Amino acid sequence: MTKLPALYFDRAIFEVRLLLRDRRTVMFSMLLPIFLLVIFGSVFNNTKLPHTNVSFAQYIVAGLIASGLLYSSFQQLAIAIPEERSNGTLKRIMGSPMPPSVYFVGKFAVSLFIYVFQVIFLLGIGHYSYHINFPVTASLWLDFVLISLLGLIVSSLLGIAFSTLAKDGKGASAIAAPAVLFFQFTSGVYFIYTDLPKWMQTVAAIFPLKWMAQSIRGVFLPKSFGYLEAAHSFELTKSLIVLSIWAVVGAILCRFTFRWLPKSES
Amino acid sequence: MSAIDVSGLVRRYGDHAAVNGLDLTVATGECVAILGPNGAGKTTVVEILEGYRTRDEGEVRVLGVDPARAERSWRQRIGVVLQSTGDLTDITVTEALQHFSRFYDSPRQVPEVIELVGLSEKARERAGKLSGGQRRRLDVALGVIGRPELLFLDEPTTGFDPEARHVFWQLIERLKGEGVTILLTTHYLEEADALADRVVVIARGEKVADTTPADLGNRNLGIVIVRWHDGTKFCEERTDTPTETVRRLAATFAGEIAGLEIIRPSLEQAYLELVGEQSP
Repeated sequence: MTKLPALYFDRAIFEVRLLLRDRRTVMFSMLLPIFLLVIFGSVFNNTKLPHTNVSFAQYIVAGLIASGLLYSSFQQLAIAIPEERSNGTLKRIMGSPMPPSVYFVGKFAVSLFIYVFQVIFLLGIGHYSYHINFPVTASLWLDFVLISLLGLIVSSLLGIAFSTLAKDGKGASAIAAPAVLFFQFTSGVYFIYTDLPKWMQTVAAIFPLKWMAQSIRGVFLPKSFGYLEAAHSFELTKSLIVLSIWAVVGAILCRFTFRWLPKSES
Repeated sequence: MSAIDVSGLVRRYGDHAAVNGLDLTVATGECVAILGPNGAGKTTVVEILEGYRTRDEGEVRVLGVDPARAERSWRQRIGVVLQSTGDLTDITVTEALQHFSRFYDSPRQVPEVIELVGLSEKARERAGKLSGGQRRRLDVALGVIGRPELLFLDEPTTGFDPEARHVFWQLIERLKGEGVTILLTTHYLEEADALADRVVVIARGEKVADTTPADLGNRNLGIVIVRWHDGTKFCEERTDTPTETVRRLAATFAGEIAGLEIIRPSLEQAYLELVGEQSP
């Protein structure tokens, strides 16, 4: 057998190639946030957030990048894995000597690929069409990479855990897509977080998306905007801690719930 | 050592025992067919041997290892062709084989396997575009890419046209020639007859026969049907001494016995009788 790192690389290429051949997933998972940016950007072009110099487009880009973390990993895996469980992909892998970690690394590679694709297009289109400003310091970019990686890990682990709930791909998208939408509305992606009712803020603060969106705003919005956040700060450190806790929760859920076979076949 | 050793295997789904105390031995290099009606427990048995399903009772050794506790290295030595698959639709034949070959210590060459299963003309075709029979051959190719000592084939030719089935049989003969141990389940009696050294008939989770295809239901020494025309109607006699019957008839009729036939039960009749015995 080829060495493990080579297998990881091989599987990553294999999975990304499959992704690009499946137009439905490309549309659903890859391009959606970009469409949303074009819609929001066109409607609210040049609108400024009240009492600030920050354009609504700038705010929404940060939120859409955070949403991208959910689309690319959580939603993508929550749908793809049940599909692969019901069409026999997982059963075939289980029957081969392929180490299980190779499968998960391949899945993570797809998430990373989609996310990077989305970020490049969101920032590119945002910059040229809606005058989005980029972070100016290297340390902000570093924060961005850190938040992104941790966010992808959390979102992937929760997607894998979630994948056990649905019987097949269709069932999965019926649960995962509304869940993502719910968190987007309550976590300050489409609305200004502090404008939301208190109870909604409290609920959202339990889940990861609020922290992803807030810390990514910390990267893309001026420092002064931080005072308008719920805790008068972007709370980067706290965000990373909350996301780390979710990563542990996600890993535990995966460890104990993941199934290679449909329930009826074991 | 035998490739497969099963004793007292029991698997229940709720109150229903899908497999009820099965014993089975497959010698190294042997090709054994498991026959049985739908719902007889064939797939449950095979999937327990493949390490997919759990068992409630009994001892199981596959290549000397308990499949329920097998490590990945055990999978190097077995090949699995599942009953029906719907994966790999967007990947080509060559890509799929190349990918899976990486996980084995000494895989066959990809072009060699593609040739072996007769998919050379479809090597660059996506699996989703293959016909049912071609798709099945890809499954077999993936089953043998790792040079397995033991190959499981679960209803490999369901849905094949007769020509595709014959091509497939030649492939299995070739693998047998290479010394691969094969356990296959099938609905088709002629398939078991053509390929298997031994057939095991399962009905309602129990073994009702374990013999060579020729001996199934004792049809080589059992009851045969002697049929003749007595001048007004066809007569039949079921007997295990047909020569005696013919001698008696020869004495009764002057000259030729009209419409004389001695009919050995076909494999199918023998099988139906075996399976039928178990039905309520």
